[in-house]
Amino acid sequence: MQFDQILQYTLSGLSTGAIYALIGIGFSIIYNATGIINFAQGEFVMLGGLLTLSCLNVLKLPLWAAIPCAIAVSTLVGILFERLAIRPLRHPTPINLVIITIGGSILLRGLAMLVWGKDTHSVPPFSGDAPIAIGGATILPQHIWILAITLIIIFINKIYFYHTISGKAMRACSYNRRAAGLVGIDVKRMVLFSFIISSAMGAVAGIIVAPLTMTAYDVGIMLGLKGFCAAIIGGMSSGLSTVIGGLILGVLESLGAGLISSGYKDAIAFIILLLILFFRPQGLFGKADSERV
Amino acid sequence: MLEVSGITQIFGGVTALDNVSFSIAKGDITGVIGPNGAGKTTLFNIITGIYSQTAGTVTLEGKNVSGFPPERLARLAMVRTFQNIELFGGMTVLENVMVGMHTRSSSGLLACALKMPWTISEERRIRDGAMKWLEFTGIVDLADHLAGSLPFGKGRLLEIARALAVEPRIVLMDEPAAGLNSQETLGLAQLIKRIRDLGITVVLVEHDMELVMDICDRIVVLNLGKKLAEGTPREIQDSPEVISAYLGDDD
Amino acid sequence: MKRNFLLFIGFSVLVMLAPQYFRGGYMMNVLVFVGINTMLAIALNLLLGYAGQISLGHAGFFGLGAYLSGIMTTTFSLNPWLAMPLAAIAVGCLAFMIGFPVLKLKGHYLAMATLGLGIIFFIIFNETYEWTGGPSGLSGIPYLELGGISFDTDVKNYYLIWAFTLAVMLFSLNLASSRVGRALRAVHDSEVAAQVLGVNARLLKVQIFALSAIISSLAGSLYAHTMTFISPTSFGFNFSIELLTMVVIGGLGSIYGSFLGAALLTLLPEILRGANDYDIIIYGGLLMVMVMYMPGGLVRGIPALFRKLTGRKGGADHA
Repeated sequence: MQFDQILQYTLSGLSTGAIYALIGIGFSIIYNATGIINFAQGEFVMLGGLLTLSCLNVLKLPLWAAIPCAIAVSTLVGILFERLAIRPLRHPTPINLVIITIGGSILLRGLAMLVWGKDTHSVPPFSGDAPIAIGGATILPQHIWILAITLIIIFINKIYFYHTISGKAMRACSYNRRAAGLVGIDVKRMVLFSFIISSAMGAVAGIIVAPLTMTAYDVGIMLGLKGFCAAIIGGMSSGLSTVIGGLILGVLESLGAGLISSGYKDAIAFIILLLILFFRPQGLFGKADSERV
Repeated sequence: MLEVSGITQIFGGVTALDNVSFSIAKGDITGVIGPNGAGKTTLFNIITGIYSQTAGTVTLEGKNVSGFPPERLARLAMVRTFQNIELFGGMTVLENVMVGMHTRSSSGLLACALKMPWTISEERRIRDGAMKWLEFTGIVDLADHLAGSLPFGKGRLLEIARALAVEPRIVLMDEPAAGLNSQETLGLAQLIKRIRDLGITVVLVEHDMELVMDICDRIVVLNLGKKLAEGTPREIQDSPEVISAYLGDDD
Repeated sequence: MKRNFLLFIGFSVLVMLAPQYFRGGYMMNVLVFVGINTMLAIALNLLLGYAGQISLGHAGFFGLGAYLSGIMTTTFSLNPWLAMPLAAIAVGCLAFMIGFPVLKLKGHYLAMATLGLGIIFFIIFNETYEWTGGPSGLSGIPYLELGGISFDTDVKNYYLIWAFTLAVMLFSLNLASSRVGRALRAVHDSEVAAQVLGVNARLLKVQIFALSAIISSLAGSLYAHTMTFISPTSFGFNFSIELLTMVVIGGLGSIYGSFLGAALLTLLPEILRGANDYDIIIYGGLLMVMVMYMPGGLVRGIPALFRKLTGRKGGADHA
């Protein structure tokens, strides 16, 4: 009986972990290209879910059209954010960047509240909700969608960053921005690309998780923070390390909530965050930085 | 006064310094020179407590200070200046130098906040002391200017005044002449000699050979992380190894 | 020196006379909040504006002070005048201990760590309902009493709170223009240069973090004893952001700026009555606009704007 419970928690933890991984990769991509932690990342997740809802209910689009539509609009918001908030910043000190991205996240949340109100909304699952039995545990079809789509996105990411020119250019920026600029890479454009990719990924994360957890104007905060935890565990990598980080986080959270106490579920993520920041800020898989002065 | 012994520094796979040893006599002006990449700034950072060396010791006035953090070294009367001047841009010139007097004052957090009477007289003493050092370096007329608005040459002088306010027995300067024009460099040479006349030992890392040959009593030459030569300016100028290491450099 | 002293005296006089102008009534309650928020904004400003360390979790210390004092005076029937300093000392010690590992972090990582801390505190307030009453809150917290007077009306609380607020302001103004204040600003501008000059930057940052927490705890305790009821929603992430906004809008590194920011953000919802839901948008918008166009905050931006409009030249200043 105990084993079945643990299996159940682990499986559902893996799927939330996949979501955290997607969000975390979004953080890492922007951070690696620009050195900015985009506090507003969670809001793109929120937008993904809510926009899909509007496309389905208001525009009466079928699901296969609503999803790309929602991703497109979220990405547009991401571009606007980069253009209006990030690029014109005259004194990009860490404090100012933190404040401006926080301000942006609050603004987006407030606007979402105006448009969609404060209620939670439900989004229909992609292919029904008949439970599937695995071992002694059950999962929903949506869980499989989540894992599958996450894998696909990670695969696409890998191809983009390692086998296309613009992807390699972005990696170059993350290693050394000045050198990248000197060899002719348009750094400003890379910054824009990083926001485009991250907001799109965030929106996808929001879309695939919304049928499971409902969506509302304020889901972005917690999801964003936990996605950030995943990224920190993974050492801010935009690849496998963050995915593993997300999965570890999801599973630990799920096990902790199920076996210890559900009220403290959110605290688990933050305690892990603090422990990593204190004892291994480079992440579980990163190498310790030796700075040259 | 200062002795470095067997200093080795390995970063990842790179050996930046390899078994470097030399000593600095009290009251001397010593220059540390070498081609770019020789490891001069790394050595400086190790001596002044900003890096920890992989191996070797640093001895200050007979005391082993290896691994001591910079703030502890300041209390032992060692101070340094930076190649890219690290001024406190948001404070005035005078306030910058007043921070230099931190180790020569002692009012704590609570005493300052409650404005205890002894803090008022100490504040006056700090202010007067700071003004004195501004006069010594010749920038007292800029006392109320914002440090961040100073032209580079004056900023350099401010950094030196601030370091002197610590009342050090030894001051290490990292490329003090960098970015100065020839007139400012002459002024710097005079200033360094006057600092030595106060009894303060001076160590410089420098690229400006005229300055080094002019004012240094002894010179240490580094190349590719190893000590190449040590001696008086005359000896260094005549040394064949030094000349070949600097092949192509100006003289 | 003398000018600053006169400024403070003048400000204090205005504060003391304000109730006459407002003649009691609803405004008094709002002004009590302005006082508490000013204390909190100053606490955060000392850490953020002077020492340059970001904290996104300060509502946590505020809440700790409120709950510790509230629990000690209800469950344990302790005298509030004893409970408040005890709470402050406890919070100070906790902050001092947490401060060492936390303040080793810089920039974004520090922001996230303090964010996480604040949220952990919030979750604890919500979950330990045997002590805190959980989401339904803690009620029955006693008023403060002194020499037979019970501080149970808005007007009396106004004077009580503002006495503390003015004390905190004076304390901070003294600190800012002192040797320790300079050391703080030095650490902010160049930590390595400050260390080289003998400033123990690590210890100083932790000391200021603890001081900031102590002031926030005091504000929290006072809040508990004037409201007599507290609940976790007042101490969450949103309020931490509100405090950040107050400090940024008023002006980082300016004590009077913190008052300005606190006053503005406490009064704004009152002015925008009925537009309750818009306040969150306005905070976000304000934060972004201020950082982009007036990074020095109102306390520097308005005089600068005035000078630009009237074509006069000015110099740098801070108070």
